[in-house]
Amino acid sequence: MSQIAFLGAIETGLIFALVAFGVFISFRVLDFPDLTVDGSFPLGAAVSATLIVGGINPWLATLAAILAGGIAGAITAWMNVRLHILNLLASILSMIALYSINLRIMGRPNVALLGENTILTPLDSIDLPYYVTTPLAFALIALVVLIGLVYFLKSETGLAMRATGENPRMARAQGVSTSVMIVMGMAVSNGLVALAGALFAQSQGAADVTMGVGVIVVGLASVIGGEALIPARTILLAIFACLIGAIFYRLAIALALNADFIGLQAQDLNLVTAVLVAMAIVLPRFKPSFKSSRGEKS
Amino acid sequence: MIKIENLRVTFGQGTPLENNALRGLSLSVPKGQFVTVIGSNGAGKSTFLNALSGEVSVDSGKIIIADKDVTSQATHQRAKLVSRVFQDPLAGTCANLTIEENLSLAIKRGKKRGLSLANKKEYVELFQDRLHNLGLGLERRLQDRIGLLSGGQRQAISLLMATLEPSQLLLLDEHTAALDPKTARFVLELTKAIIEQHKLTAIMVTHSMRQALDVGERTLMLHEGKVAFDISNPEREGLDVPDLLNLFEQNKGEALSDDGLLLS
Repeated sequence: MSQIAFLGAIETGLIFALVAFGVFISFRVLDFPDLTVDGSFPLGAAVSATLIVGGINPWLATLAAILAGGIAGAITAWMNVRLHILNLLASILSMIALYSINLRIMGRPNVALLGENTILTPLDSIDLPYYVTTPLAFALIALVVLIGLVYFLKSETGLAMRATGENPRMARAQGVSTSVMIVMGMAVSNGLVALAGALFAQSQGAADVTMGVGVIVVGLASVIGGEALIPARTILLAIFACLIGAIFYRLAIALALNADFIGLQAQDLNLVTAVLVAMAIVLPRFKPSFKSSRGEKS
Repeated sequence: MIKIENLRVTFGQGTPLENNALRGLSLSVPKGQFVTVIGSNGAGKSTFLNALSGEVSVDSGKIIIADKDVTSQATHQRAKLVSRVFQDPLAGTCANLTIEENLSLAIKRGKKRGLSLANKKEYVELFQDRLHNLGLGLERRLQDRIGLLSGGQRQAISLLMATLEPSQLLLLDEHTAALDPKTARFVLELTKAIIEQHKLTAIMVTHSMRQALDVGERTLMLHEGKVAFDISNPEREGLDVPDLLNLFEQNKGEALSDDGLLLS
């Protein structure tokens, strides 16, 4: 694997770390299987790209993308807690609806950002190649989000949110409005995913309505893979594991696709993803039996 | 002061499975009284507690706690007034949170939760002090996940969490039923001590008539969603399980088989 491919994988991994953080909040903290992600990722891209092309400041455009994602997540949660639609189904409805909404926002299936002023433009003035500066910038963003998220989950509100996901009955008995927590958590989760979409569009130079396909699987792969690599003993470790999982996943994909001897090509990406996720789920289960069988021999 | 007026709850109204769980239950509990509630399966004990805590919404009637009509309030809205210990020892705590985090969650019951860190230094001494009172050595294990503790230890902490902040009404839902006899005795003694210490108004549902007579100062028996009898100290003192059965027969004009209730 070339250095550029390696750094490219790191860069994408850092963007998808934000998706992993979002998926961690919905799947792990709130226990809410959320597929809205497949729609809120391109939503973030569509909103930011359309606004940037329209001449809006790229930072404001990115902020708008985060807000749009937050609203999408809140609507999914609202369908669940107020309309009592099964959580998975509510998120699928949002995902489907967002496909149309994203087309409406962009007015066409894709928007190019070539030559536009993005939040990455200031990096051009740094005397380093773009494939070094961009991952560094994304590492900084991922780190800031990581610290913010860890702090939030350790706050009074964050603790109430964790209790909501784990033991809603107990949370209510302790005066926590579980509905408010679910709506808030889903808004934060999808806001992060939309931020990732906005960053992805700006680093790739385009927003495309189909770029959300399979994002949830990648996010989940990162969360589960991270858990397999780093035991989540504390909140800090659990969130850090998402980051490592996202980067590791991208490297594994890049490695698989670059290893000529296996014969895999770019179109095999989703197949490789599915296999990697299945392995990340199954492999940790083999560990204990492996240990015990070793223990019996000694 | 707790006032409950003509409470009615019906499950599955209009279906073949229609179940009138509460049929006009009225009760008044003065501040600081410890009431025990007995009744056979299906008498409405659990529905009664769930209605008080807000988990079940009532069809008609009124619930007034400390002069506040809470009838239409959701569980989390009345959590400031009502605290609760569940039957399932695992239900009152979060297994994946540490002891300290669980207590930090409980100390904010019914209060506004902000964005400051949940675990605060100023809490630690209070937590350790209260945990020390349990006599289980848990004050040294604040950073341990609750999931590592036994059912009895978790139920003791649930009780601690329910009484960490003052409440107008403490609900105990057969909270010793799922524990082994020795642990059940320990948790019951602890309950008595805490209720006495904080002078709490408490309603304890129990399956055991013996236990109902041994603790508290007033015993209610529910039958078919109503109060079958209501007896307070001093008349209650010295009563035994057969006396309760006689009392039921006198009041209802029908015999209640002993094994309709679990005796222990």
